[in-house]
Amino acid sequence: MTQRRNLAVLAVLALALSACGGTTKSSTESQNTAAPATTAGKADPNAPLKEGLKIAYLPKQLNNPYTDVEVGGGKVAVGEIKGEYKLVGPNDASASSQVSYINTLIQQQQNVIVVAANDPNAVCPSLNQARKAGVKIVTFDSDASKTCRDAFINQATTQGIGESLVKMASELAGGSGEIAILSATPNATNQNSWIKVMQTELAKPENSKLKLVKIAYGNDDDQKSFTEAQGLLQSYPNLKVIVSPTTVGIAAASRYVSASSYKGKVAITGLGLPNQMRQYVKDGTVKKFALWNPADIGYLAAYAGAALSSGQITGAQGEKFKAGKLGEYTIGADGEIVLGPPTEFTAANIDQFNF
Amino acid sequence: MSATESAVVSRFANWNAAIIAITVIVLIVAAASVDSFGTSQNFGFLVLDLLPIALVALPMTLVIVTGEIDLSVASTLGLSSAVMGYLWNANQPIETIIPLCLLLGAVLGAVNGFFVTVLGLPSLAVTIGTLALYRGLAFVVLGDSAVADFPTVYTDWVTGSIGGTPIPNVLIIIVVLAIVFGVILHATPIGRAVFAVGASEQAARFAGVRPGRVKFWLYVASGLISGLAGVLWTLRYSSARADNGAGLELAVVAAVLLGGVSIFGGKGALPGVIAGVVLLGSLQNALRLSDVSNEALNVVTGVLLIASVLGPNLVNRLRRT
Amino acid sequence: MTAVELPAPHRSSLDVVLRARELGIVLALGILVLVTTISNPRFLSGQSIRDILLNTAILAVLAVGQAVVVITRNIDLSVGSVLGLSAFTVGTLLQNDNLPVVLALLVGAGVGVVCGAVNGVIVRYGNVPALVVTLGTLYVYRGITYFWAGGQQINADELPAGFLDFGNATLLGVPYLVVIALLVLVITGVVLRNYRVGRELYAMGSSPQAARLAGIAVGRRTIGAFTVSGALAGLAGVLFAARFGTIDAAAGTGYELNVVAAVVVGGVAVFGGSGTVWGAALGALLLTTIGSALAVLEINQFWQQAIVGGLILLAIGADRLVAVRVAASLKKRGSHVSN
Repeated sequence: MTQRRNLAVLAVLALALSACGGTTKSSTESQNTAAPATTAGKADPNAPLKEGLKIAYLPKQLNNPYTDVEVGGGKVAVGEIKGEYKLVGPNDASASSQVSYINTLIQQQQNVIVVAANDPNAVCPSLNQARKAGVKIVTFDSDASKTCRDAFINQATTQGIGESLVKMASELAGGSGEIAILSATPNATNQNSWIKVMQTELAKPENSKLKLVKIAYGNDDDQKSFTEAQGLLQSYPNLKVIVSPTTVGIAAASRYVSASSYKGKVAITGLGLPNQMRQYVKDGTVKKFALWNPADIGYLAAYAGAALSSGQITGAQGEKFKAGKLGEYTIGADGEIVLGPPTEFTAANIDQFNF
Repeated sequence: MSATESAVVSRFANWNAAIIAITVIVLIVAAASVDSFGTSQNFGFLVLDLLPIALVALPMTLVIVTGEIDLSVASTLGLSSAVMGYLWNANQPIETIIPLCLLLGAVLGAVNGFFVTVLGLPSLAVTIGTLALYRGLAFVVLGDSAVADFPTVYTDWVTGSIGGTPIPNVLIIIVVLAIVFGVILHATPIGRAVFAVGASEQAARFAGVRPGRVKFWLYVASGLISGLAGVLWTLRYSSARADNGAGLELAVVAAVLLGGVSIFGGKGALPGVIAGVVLLGSLQNALRLSDVSNEALNVVTGVLLIASVLGPNLVNRLRRT
Repeated sequence: MTAVELPAPHRSSLDVVLRARELGIVLALGILVLVTTISNPRFLSGQSIRDILLNTAILAVLAVGQAVVVITRNIDLSVGSVLGLSAFTVGTLLQNDNLPVVLALLVGAGVGVVCGAVNGVIVRYGNVPALVVTLGTLYVYRGITYFWAGGQQINADELPAGFLDFGNATLLGVPYLVVIALLVLVITGVVLRNYRVGRELYAMGSSPQAARLAGIAVGRRTIGAFTVSGALAGLAGVLFAARFGTIDAAAGTGYELNVVAAVVVGGVAVFGGSGTVWGAALGALLLTTIGSALAVLEINQFWQQAIVGGLILLAIGADRLVAVRVAASLKKRGSHVSN
């Protein structure tokens, strides 16, 4: 509280100092948003896919089983198109270390960088520098600002994921009661957009009996998510469902609940990896959860990158390209390429999946 | 006494020369063997990468020479960045925000200085406390959100270079401050007082130096520069976040010790520290360009750090026996 | 090793002060629990207490080890990395074989002993300050773990059920993890207080020169203290693995700060020679309880770190004040006697 007051004092001081005005947020807003995405050249849909393309993957961080599956799919695709696959990344999910890696990749003259941004803006200057050097940028998993990449592989439409999360939560809660969300970091681009859709969904009359009591953040850190789940259950004794739209969070929450006295009383759902969740589905902690096939994301990204680099597409809406075993894809608005609808996993079908 | 003293002095002089020589060798080997290490673009990246460590290492050198330590620097950087984002969001002009952030850094440094010099508390404990406190306040101010869209005039200047040359703009800041701190430490009465306090506080007091005052202002300087590093960090990534620079204090201390400054105080020289910073930064850069993982980098940093103190000690011991 | 009489733990005013120091933490803890419980009675539910104790157990084991090192006027910043290395070693072993839990604990502690002994040997024979050595090995041990793990993660379903049960099972209602932490605490506490070795550590911390003159094998004791800290960090690694079930190379990153904070808040002086492991363990309990209380009180969790920082400053400030008072009162009493 006092901190806030101190800041207010500082702010007033600042205001006094700046009687004549200067560069403020609102005065620059118009210029900054006007940064153009320069996509040079025209698409030639019949151009052959180049061979020997250097395609580098830069995920949010390396120590994440979900990421491993994603880039694994990328490796397969890069092999199919006879390119050179490379994987680099930081051990912590920080934007600043990603920037150093992007700079390194520019130096190494890669043809395509496939990146999951830890901060949509912090990576931008470097990505644009890369594009100036002719590198094609494909984002996946977590988008960078639109002005600094050529295409974005969206795992599913934001709307679709948000709706299916609310649907699962509603089914598990029996249509009414308290629910909570255990997310990744508070500025994770994708989690936040899903949560926004969820909130709109929850505001609809058919979901009026569902009450979202809290959004907790586990920072995609296993232990933090574990303690956050613990905190949720302590603070909200009537909680019926925890929805965790991140693989780290859902696994940690399930592990906590499966070994606690809350097992059977609180349902867990969200987005999870079948291999990580198998145990909790089998022991009854988790009834159902959803996910797309992460390997396909990396796979699709490689083909999109290659198509960009070969001049088949430029990232403009309506362009089409072929992505190996996944078939043909069409680029949507703002360079988005949607992978497809998510799959729901239950005790009945989980053993058919291995990722 | 004078014999051992001169031995110690020469030992440190030797180390200073050695670390500079090692750095030069590493640079030459890297330029020759690593593709695109020697390019002008990579030089720009390298300078930007080591900018925060280089800046904060300057006052840190002086603080460590007095026999104290400041582990709160990275948190000061983070709080400065968070406040910068907060004020920018509050629609304040950047021209006022930047001086305010520098002032904030100086105040945070003064708080450290107060605890250490006025209350006489051990600096290690005090700055571990403020490390947590300042970082915590940064999160209180900005939460987990990030503030972006800083004016491009400023962000471009930080990431840009002078005219058509490959010399990054921020190198000017590093060079100017390095010269300022170098001159202060090695050619002024203040510098002599810093060394005297580090060698023996009591002796310094007898010689008319007020150790408390010297240390207090060094902490203020350390905070001020950390605040500046926070501003530059924010502009470089055009992203103000509470977790900016987390863990940087270890890299800074490692660079300073690598540069031959004694953790017990009283000994050290700024050219060695600059070499230490460059050595760490360019090793990291070159290894990354050769696709060596971050993990190996950690091991190299740790080993170098221990070796920088262990090496001279062992040589000395062998020479004696 | 001549029979030099070391100052026995005499019940002087100093002792009273130390006891008051721990009493202060207990008091703070009591107020915190009371306030939190009033706002949300579930804070004192069985599950909640269990969670707090389980989380404290790991931090307390680390804090006890750290206290031993700090008492000798050293510091061990590598504990978080040692914890990670030990947790990953044990996790990898258990992935392949169903080792008995006792063996897992021994292996973890063994990894820690090696790491700790390396620290101690470099400090002792290299004549390098502990801060520098353990800052270096913080990087090195963590680097080794990353190197070895290479992004791999060990999941709960790959660990034997027996081991995971150990993380949750109880002995007469008390979780095993807590039992182990208490055992470690009591044994270390008694050795430090009542045994010659323990008093020698305090003597070293108070004045290394005097200790050496008094015939204490300072070097050997230093290596010993680091080995103990390493061993306990290794043990904590096994507890971590059992408690959380998911282990990757980043396990325990940044723990060193919490551990040092617990020790300092617990009244162990950074410049050695005073404080107890009881205080350190209480410090760990207080820090963990604050974390849980903030969640329950719905205070923005971002405040937690700031509060920890404030507490550290408060603790060392208060210690300083008490020390000045005690010194003044001893002086006064001294003059009284001479009259």
